[in-house]
Amino acid sequence: MIRVQREDFDVGAELTKLTAGRHDVGGVVSFVGLVRDMAGGAKIGAMTLEHYPGMTEKQLAAIEEEARRRWPLAAALIIHRYGRLEPGDRIVLVATASSHRQAAFDACQFLIDWLKTKAPFWKLEDTDQGAQWVAGEAGDDQAAQRWVEKPVAVMAGPGRRRETRPSAGLPKRKKNKRG
Amino acid sequence: MKVLYFAWLRSRVGAAAEEVVPPASVRDVGGLLDWLKTRSPGHAEALKNLAVVRVAVNQEYVKLDHAVKAGDEIAIFPPVTGG
Repeated sequence: MIRVQREDFDVGAELTKLTAGRHDVGGVVSFVGLVRDMAGGAKIGAMTLEHYPGMTEKQLAAIEEEARRRWPLAAALIIHRYGRLEPGDRIVLVATASSHRQAAFDACQFLIDWLKTKAPFWKLEDTDQGAQWVAGEAGDDQAAQRWVEKPVAVMAGPGRRRETRPSAGLPKRKKNKRG
Repeated sequence: MKVLYFAWLRSRVGAAAEEVVPPASVRDVGGLLDWLKTRSPGHAEALKNLAVVRVAVNQEYVKLDHAVKAGDEIAIFPPVTGG
């Protein structure tokens, strides 16, 4: 379920609603994004979140669908606000519910990482150094990048490894094979 | 076709939306951006660095070689910063 709204939301009420009557749910994971009062050394008085009505909803729905394709979720919720917000205000709520916690944790992290690079929102910060549009952060791209599904590794030929695997740096175990 | 601008692209272009009829030689997003740059110094300034410009056609992200046609809704905006 996705919602794009100007108004604040009540986290407790939303989580209760999300799992009401769902006795197959073993755990709920939630992420709440808040407005910080500092950004790159500038003090923020407020920020205005602009979005692209229509495409925002479409993208968020696609992101939720992708999470449901990857993990067995009993329920998922994304609420994203727009308009003028002040430090401490809630911006976004992502919540996932599943029979087991791992799917809920992973899916929640995926949703917020993916959303940050795909949902058409832009932040205009009102700082003590004037109003400035927030530029996308490389860290956000990296966070989203780790959720990109890798194709099955194909050996491109001798000595050419396409993917670095976590195990690549480990010393090889010697085989004590005799005769 | 309808062109929408968001965030700092809107302020630089000086409009949130405009209805345009590009020449028939404009066939894809790249061609459209090149043509839009000729409309005003504001357009040229807004679109001078395409590394910080994203485009959606009919609300789906597309690349520069994506075809455009009459009736399309083209949105031009900076990299997104939600969440």
